Formats: sequence, structure tokens, C-alpha cells
Amino acid sequence: MHCSLDLDSVHRKGSAEVLRVEDLRVEFCLPDEDILVLAGIDLAAMAGQIVGIVGESGSGKTVTALSIARLLAPPGRIASGRVLFLGQDLLGLDAAQMRSIRGSQISMIFQNPRASLNPVFSVGKMLKEVLKVHSGLQGRAATIRAKELLADVGLPDPDSVLKRYAHQLSGGMAQRAMIALALSSSPALLLADEPTTALDVTIQHQIIQLLLRLRQEHNLTQIVITHNFGVIAELCDRVAVMYAGSILEEAPVAKIFDSPGHPYTRGLLAARARVGRHTEIENIPGQVPELKNRPDGCPFHPRCAHARDICRVKVPRLEQTAPGHHIACHRWQELA
Amino acid sequence: MSVFIARRLLLLIPVLLGVTVVTFTLTRVIPGNPIDLMVSPLASQETRDRIAENAGLNDPIWVQYLRYIEGVSRGDFGDSFVTNQPVLDDLKSRFMPTFELTLFAMLTAIALSVPLGIAAAVWRGTWIDHISRVLAVFGVAMPVFWVSLVAIYVFFFLLHWLPAPQGRIGIIIPPPDRISGLYTIDSLLTGNWKALKSSVQSIILPASVLAFAAMAPLARITRASMIEALESDYTRAARSLGLSESSIVFRHALRNAILPVITMIAIVYGYLLGGVVLVENVFAWPGLGRYVYNAIASSDYPALQGFILYSTTVYVLLFLFVDILYVLLDPRVRL
Repeated sequence: MHCSLDLDSVHRKGSAEVLRVEDLRVEFCLPDEDILVLAGIDLAAMAGQIVGIVGESGSGKTVTALSIARLLAPPGRIASGRVLFLGQDLLGLDAAQMRSIRGSQISMIFQNPRASLNPVFSVGKMLKEVLKVHSGLQGRAATIRAKELLADVGLPDPDSVLKRYAHQLSGGMAQRAMIALALSSSPALLLADEPTTALDVTIQHQIIQLLLRLRQEHNLTQIVITHNFGVIAELCDRVAVMYAGSILEEAPVAKIFDSPGHPYTRGLLAARARVGRHTEIENIPGQVPELKNRPDGCPFHPRCAHARDICRVKVPRLEQTAPGHHIACHRWQELA
Repeated sequence: MSVFIARRLLLLIPVLLGVTVVTFTLTRVIPGNPIDLMVSPLASQETRDRIAENAGLNDPIWVQYLRYIEGVSRGDFGDSFVTNQPVLDDLKSRFMPTFELTLFAMLTAIALSVPLGIAAAVWRGTWIDHISRVLAVFGVAMPVFWVSLVAIYVFFFLLHWLPAPQGRIGIIIPPPDRISGLYTIDSLLTGNWKALKSSVQSIILPASVLAFAAMAPLARITRASMIEALESDYTRAARSLGLSESSIVFRHALRNAILPVITMIAIVYGYLLGGVVLVENVFAWPGLGRYVYNAIASSDYPALQGFILYSTTVYVLLFLFVDILYVLLDPRVRL
């Protein structure tokens, strides 16, 4: 039942692929129609890599993360694709197998850390339940391990935190506690859905430092979802830009900032407020399309200044434009 | 905690005073003259005046009120016009039958409706959800006295499974020795099988009818708060941690969802004390419901006021108990 993988060997190989998502399509089955919310996502993360997914609200970032962990609740449904975790297709596992992977090999943290902790259970009670389920630890051994975990995520005074409830923790402490829960069985992959969005700026920075340290110390592979390019810049190695359920560009972080290839990425980067610059913030004209009115062709074409006839009819594939740099745009060469 | 309880009990005094003002006024405004009950219809006006004078009914209403309050503070609720017994004694002797009836009704309702509500939330949109909805609609829509009559018709008259409405125990069967005052429990404790059989047979129908009415709101609130808990962020987080579905439903979600259910249990129990008036009358149950029904029908002011004071006290104590439970069950609630 408890499938434990030899993570050390994975880590030693260094370049092993921890996650590969291939052509993932997700639908929301509503009474009158099925809405495509992920239109074929491709994504990969090597061991120890931190991959960011950036995009506006409703672009499908969270659905992607939930689908990887198979936590998508109805009416959401994975229509097709593959989610390879350490070579194994998660979509082929039954519920019990998936449950034994969740929380032990793939963990997830969420946007609202205080709401993610059960209000009537103390941090210690939660930790002990998770430790019992995945590591078989109980009693004193579990308490000792729980304290270690809390100390490891930088929570001072673990003894007192063990007894506390969600409402007695600050947002930053709650996120640290949530991270401790997620890491209790040393997973290979952490899915972080807007891990810093609900936190104060200084606390955001601390959580980012913590995630970086976890990569350094435990070689923890991470998929980080955010709408904040600052988080991407500080935390990630690679980044995928999502729009209306598709990835439009995927590249190493430095490349995205230096030479963004897709008009949407350029628009997003131009829309950032920057310190020391007094120019107007540029807007991307128009609005994110409603999912049930997905435009034909390139999903971004109604808002794109460079759109041509082909963009209106043909969906651009994500293609390699330089080593490690992928763009889904018919006109990337002309626009480069 | 004890300070909190003491403060809440002290608060009971102004609440009860307020209730006495309202009931005292209301009972005297509604039509009906208690003198008609005390004397023969042929009595002379002279006799009627004398009795009214002796009962203090000719004094100004505020004098009557103060006299009443002074008595209540000594534990004297006055004598019933109908039974000629002290109201307090009447209430005491009728409390246990009603308590027994409502206790069984409530336990039955909880035992059926909470699991039903949980199942309806977990398997939302399936047949079990639809059944729970239909039951809830029937439970709310059907008047309890009508359900009582139908139940008697079916289970006594047609099927002969259960005895006629006969009160708490068969007429020719002596009640069990008193230990708790509950016939079913006492006959069980004393090994009085004959009394046990008769008292259980007697209580099944009235308790079921009351339970049926009580189930609807309980099942609905259980379903609603379970759905809220199951869709919450902490449930999603618990799933992401690989916890089992049974732990998520019965530990993580239910522990949160049960709090509003407890409040609803208290509200429904209060409602039961009202619904019991009709059921006790249909089933000839010698409890408070019948007592207060007779008191209303015969303008028995002291009995009516005594009953209202009693039920107010029960309500306040019930909700004090609920508040204490919240403190124990919800770490966010502190005194």
C-alpha cells in the first residue's frame, strides 16, 4: 500500500525527470455543455527544479495543479493526456494508489493557508494524523518528528505551535505549518498554488526563501503557481505562461524576462509596475475570454495586436524556438 | 467557565421577569372568565363576586402581578383553577412523561437524520439525496396531529401492531417502581417485562410521529453544513495530504459540520416541546402538553403562566448547554 520510491537514487541522477505532463485536457461537465478548461497542457520538471506557472485569474493554473495531484473535484474531469510522475502515469492509478502517493510523494500547498488548516484540529493533531498515515509513526516518535518538521520550516517554538489551531496562527505561520504537513513524508514534488498571494510582502519573501532552502536541502522539485512575476523571478528556474487553458510560452526565467517571445508574455511583462519608472503601465487591451466562448485559433488572437488570418483559424502548437525555449505563436519568427 | 455559567443563570432572572409581564398581560386580555370554571353555572352573582374577590381577581392588574411575582420568588406558582393543586406540583408530575416522550423522539430523530444528512451530502444528487429531500418536505409539510391520526389508523386500526392511544402504559398494567420516572427505563431496570413491553408499545407511535417532524430540519442542516465542510479549503488540503475518505468525512468534515447541527437540535427540541401539545392530546399522553392544552381551554391562568415560565427556563438552559458544548467542540470559541 505504501509505495515508497527510492528518492535518493532519483536525486543522485540529478537530471531525472520528476514530472512530465503531456497534452493534458480537462473539461468541466456542466448540465448543458462541456467546457474545455485545459486545452492540452505540456509541462516538465526535472529533479530539484522549480517551475513556475504564471497567468491571469481563470487561465487554468490551479486546475493544472489540481489535475496533476488528481484533486480536481466534479464537475471537473480529466479528458485525456498523461501525467507522468517519476515515469508512472498517475492518470492510470486507482483512488487508493493515488491516495498513497498524495501527501507522501506529491504534496500540495494552497493560497489561503489559514483556511487550509482544519479549524477544529491543532497543528499537532494534523501532523500526527499525516505521519501515522504515511510513515506509520505514532505516539512519542510522531511527536518528535512533528517538532522536527516544524523546526525545519522555520517555526520557532515548535512545542507551542503543535498545540495551536489555525485561528491562533498568522498567515505566514499557517503557511509554514501547511508546508510542514506537506513535507512530512519527504515528497519528491511540491505543488504550490499561489503560496504567497495571501501573505504580507515581508512574509512572502520569507516563504520564498523557505521554498528555495527546501530545494537546496532536500532537492525538492516544485511547481509554483502565481500571477506575480516577482515570485517567478525570485523563485523559479523555468516558467510557463498560461492563457485561457493553454501554455503560450515556456522558457528559463532569465529568457522570459530578457527576450519574451509571445505577444501575450510581452504584454504581461509590460503591464508590471516597476520602481523608478514613471511611464504609464501598459494594459493588454480586451479581456480574458470566457471559457465557454473560447476563441477559435490562437486563444489570444482577439487581444493580440499582431494577429493575422491564420491566428483566427489555426491553433498554434508549442514549438521550440531556441534550446529550452518554447512558444505557441504562428508569427514568433517575424516578431522576434 | 463557572463564571460564564453563573452569569448566564443570572441573566435568566430578567428574561423570566419579562416573560411573566407578557404572559400575565396576555392571559388576562384573551377572552374567557375563570370564574365560570370555578362555580356552577347556576351560582348567584353574589357567589361569583365573593369567589372573584377571594381569588384576588378584582384587584388592579398590577397588584395581581406583584402578588404573583412575590409568590413565584418563593416557589409558589399559585394553584391551578382546574386541578386545585399547586401549579409547581402539577408541572413536576407531568414533566417526566413529556421528557420521556421527547427524549425518545429526539434520539430517534438524531439517530436517523444525521446519518441521512451526511449520506445526502457525500452522495449529493443521487437517490439517497432525493429521498432525504422528499422526507424533509413531508416532515415539514404534514401537520403533526394529522400524522398522528394516520399512524393510529394504520398501526392500530388496520394492522393491530400497536395498542390504541392509551397514554404511557396499558390501562390494566401497573406502572413500574419509580427510579428515574421514565416508564421504559424503570421497567427495564426493575426487570418488569410486562410493563416494559406495554410502555415501549405505547411510546413507539407518539415518539415516531414527533421524530418524523424533527427529522426534517436536522437532516437538512446536516446536509448543508456537511456540503460546506466537504467543499472547504481544509477538506481539499486534507485530500492533498492523502488522508482516507472516511477520515475526511467523519473526522475532518463532520467535526466542523456538527456545530450548526447541535444548535439545530436545541431549536428542534424547543419546537418539540410545542409540538408535543398536539401529539399528547391525540395519544392521551399525561404530560405537560395535555396539561397546557387544558389550561388554555379553561382559562387556567396560573397553570398557563407556570408552564410558560417552565418552558422559558428549559429554553434558556438548553441554549446554555449548547453554548458550553460549543466551547468544548470549537477551539475558536472562548469564554
